Amino acid sequence: MFLFLSGDPTLCLLIAATLMALSGVPGLVLHNPVLSQRIATFLFIIAALLGESAVVALLSGYPGAVYQIDWPLPFGQVLISVDHLSTLFLLPLFLVSGCVSVYSLAYWPAREKANAGKLTLFMGLFAASMVMVLMARHGVLFLVAWEVMALSGYFLLTTEQRNSDVQRVGIIYLIATHTGTMALFVTFSLLCGTSGTFLFPAFHSLSQTLPVASVVILTALFGFGGKAGLMPLHFWLPGAHANAPSHVSAMMSGLMLKMGVYGILRTLSFFDGFPVWLGWVIILLGAWSAINGITLAAGQRDLKRLLACSSIENIGIIFIGIGLALVGLQMQTPYLVVCGLFGAFIHIINHALFKSLLFLGSGVLIHAAGTREIDLMGGLARRMPITSPLFLIGSLAICGLPPLNGFVGELFLYVGAITDGIVAPMPVAALVAPVLALVGGLAVITFVKLYGIIFLGTPRSDSATHAHEAPTTMTGPMILLAIACLAAGMAPLLLVNVVTPVVAYYGNLAPPVIAKITGQVPLMPLTIANILLITLIMLIGTLYLRRLRRLPRSQGSTWGCGFLEPTARMQYTGTSFSEMVVNLLEAIVAPKRRRPELAAFIPPVGSRFDYTITETVLDRILTPIFQWTGLAFSYLRRVQHGQINIYVLYIFATLFVLMFWKH
Amino acid sequence: MTDIIIHCAVALLFPPLLLGVIGKTKAVFAGRVGAPYFQPYYDLIKLFRKGSVFSDTTTWVFRAGPVVTLSAILIAVLLIPLGRHAAPLSFSGDLVLFTYLFGLSRFFTTIAALDTGSSFEGMGAAREVTFSCLAEPTLFFALITLARLSKSLSLSTILTHATSATWFASGASMLLLVAALFITLLAENSRIPFDDPNTHLELTMIHEVMVLDHSGPAFGMILYGAALKLFVLGAVFINVALPVSTGIALADWVIFIAGMLVLAVVIGTVESVMARLRMVRIPQLLVGATILSAFAMMLVLR
Repeated sequence: MFLFLSGDPTLCLLIAATLMALSGVPGLVLHNPVLSQRIATFLFIIAALLGESAVVALLSGYPGAVYQIDWPLPFGQVLISVDHLSTLFLLPLFLVSGCVSVYSLAYWPAREKANAGKLTLFMGLFAASMVMVLMARHGVLFLVAWEVMALSGYFLLTTEQRNSDVQRVGIIYLIATHTGTMALFVTFSLLCGTSGTFLFPAFHSLSQTLPVASVVILTALFGFGGKAGLMPLHFWLPGAHANAPSHVSAMMSGLMLKMGVYGILRTLSFFDGFPVWLGWVIILLGAWSAINGITLAAGQRDLKRLLACSSIENIGIIFIGIGLALVGLQMQTPYLVVCGLFGAFIHIINHALFKSLLFLGSGVLIHAAGTREIDLMGGLARRMPITSPLFLIGSLAICGLPPLNGFVGELFLYVGAITDGIVAPMPVAALVAPVLALVGGLAVITFVKLYGIIFLGTPRSDSATHAHEAPTTMTGPMILLAIACLAAGMAPLLLVNVVTPVVAYYGNLAPPVIAKITGQVPLMPLTIANILLITLIMLIGTLYLRRLRRLPRSQGSTWGCGFLEPTARMQYTGTSFSEMVVNLLEAIVAPKRRRPELAAFIPPVGSRFDYTITETVLDRILTPIFQWTGLAFSYLRRVQHGQINIYVLYIFATLFVLMFWKH
Repeated sequence: MTDIIIHCAVALLFPPLLLGVIGKTKAVFAGRVGAPYFQPYYDLIKLFRKGSVFSDTTTWVFRAGPVVTLSAILIAVLLIPLGRHAAPLSFSGDLVLFTYLFGLSRFFTTIAALDTGSSFEGMGAAREVTFSCLAEPTLFFALITLARLSKSLSLSTILTHATSATWFASGASMLLLVAALFITLLAENSRIPFDDPNTHLELTMIHEVMVLDHSGPAFGMILYGAALKLFVLGAVFINVALPVSTGIALADWVIFIAGMLVLAVVIGTVESVMARLRMVRIPQLLVGATILSAFAMMLVLR
């Protein structure tokens, strides 16, 4: 309906972006914070509906116009347009940001939080800049939007700026994102040097034999990979996601990471081919991220840090898919291209859905229990009857278990890998299947721990005992996301139909080729099996409940081996649950244990045992390097003394030297 | 059509007998008379008639656990070919669904265990998810190897493709596969040397300790589900290890059932002559099985 008002999807998307960007402005001018927050949410919902209708139009083949802006700056004219690749990312973007905006009404209410206005403003800018990143077809405009996204992300995540943890992760985030942007400057300058303009080159228009091609691709991989959270550039991610307000984490993890994925896909699309090693490198990086990410997640005690680490895993899975597709393009094997692209693209949408659901859920939990430490929660399923099943759906989906959506993306990757195992003379890509199986098994450990320790058993702290269900404003958006996960899992054809035009466009494949390969992937049978599974669960469940009603039943305390007074502290904690797997994978997780000295059989009062999971790249490599660099350069600090007259002298001296040099 | 009916009938009725045969074998080794072969059936019938005790800490998750676990395994039963006949539900790519259904059942068994808030059950759940996670890559290496031999993505073809000719052609890799699959079978079904349900201490159990608090019909479902799981994974093993096809439908069924019974005797023998491994050794054996199956894949590529 909105489409008919404007008539053009591109314009529709631009209007949506403008509405989102301006949604925080009422907060600046109005004196009523509550009203202005509501206006912002209203604008966001309108924008989301507008955006989604445009996305649907684009996916069904409606062409989007190309807008040209004559930029007064020396970078030439600017193009804005939208193609299938952008659409793929726009689809979850509008859905999730709409949900997040409604959620923020209750999670960060302007009535209680003084900084709600600031948060709303940057949230709008954040969402709008992501839309612009996806629509920019000009290097400079892209980088401007990219920076607006990065900086508004920074202001969002440092909402609680008085907290020293938040300050630290904010600085790490800024350093990481700007190091990445620096690499992107190189990428786009080189591209400009090749094609003579900052406008994006057309699809496959650049030759891979160009001398700069590998530099462009490598810098893009560095810059965009860092934003996506690909290992070993992921170090900013766990802290940033953990310390941001939960709905911001949902946006960052569900959407912002994907902008890095988009960037790489876009950059690769400029070239007519790739060096052979690139696909394998991306598969390796993806597999490394997936295994390391989920292992780190398994060891975490902090609810949001755990979810953040699992984002690294999911980004890894997406990159495995992209890598398979690149290898397929290189070796002329369409089944790898199709399965890899479908796997990656479907997982992009799925991850946005279930990860936002879980992060929004974590916000509800933090609200209710007043802590992020999962070992202090417990027994929340009784106290939060709506959040608990929703969180369960998210957990099952992220483990890739049927009948939920996470399974569909992984199914494509498995089929690709196993097909490779059948037909390829040297099936290296087939090794992806056992890797994915291991990652899936670790994901089950992680999320059984997360769900079990938080929601089941008895409360481990007072605040968890007094936890309460969240208002509908918070659970509503989660219900919507959970329904989306369930629908996409039950009817995988839905997802496949959405993604097919994108795969055809990006992989440059004819529809019959795609149809032939997707025919190998059980989509209709999966629906049948899922329906059968649900029916069976209903049937057995009903029979069981009827049987229960007829037979005698009694209540009692949990079996404690004859011990009749169990306390909440006797329960298994999350740390003990994952202790076994952490010990097995010690090389990755590197747990630090501090034991008390044991002199007698019983340790003295006040002895403590400390157990922390460290992070190799940040804690053991980067932090020491930065410390050493800081020490080494400390003598330079003398130059920076705050006397402006001397600073002016510096400028003069510099200019003089430069002038002298020129002659 | 007859085959589908036989498939369902065998799959639904036969599994508890395996437990009975294992129990009898162990009794013979110990010099006892042992419980009758049909004891598991009597146990099940009795359990379905018994009342239940619920812990005060449990929620709907505790009740949903056995239901979802059993349903997932029942769907897996439909995907597996028995006695050289295609499975009732067979499609390209079903092997992925097959393994993930076990993931689903594991997820629900373990969260039902955590729902009781007991440290023993938490311990069992932690062991179960950790060991199964290590067993998972083995299954995929094995399935890829078999898929390559049969050039198919469907379990019905993959598992019925192997013939005695396959054994002659790539005997070494089949032997490695059989070894790896047997280890996985024992690990996934919590048998000795991985787990011993008869230890007197909850501290040393895996599967049995997770279901301590289940009673009545719920425990019946768990017991039946465990028997089904043993049956399904046993069928995978038998299809690879005993690739005999006579071409006569009825004879194939007889051979299959006889094979399954022999497998139960073998498992019972293993349980009688071996002791349970120390917990820290279990991951090593599981990783060893993964490497065996990886070798099998390598040999097929050669």
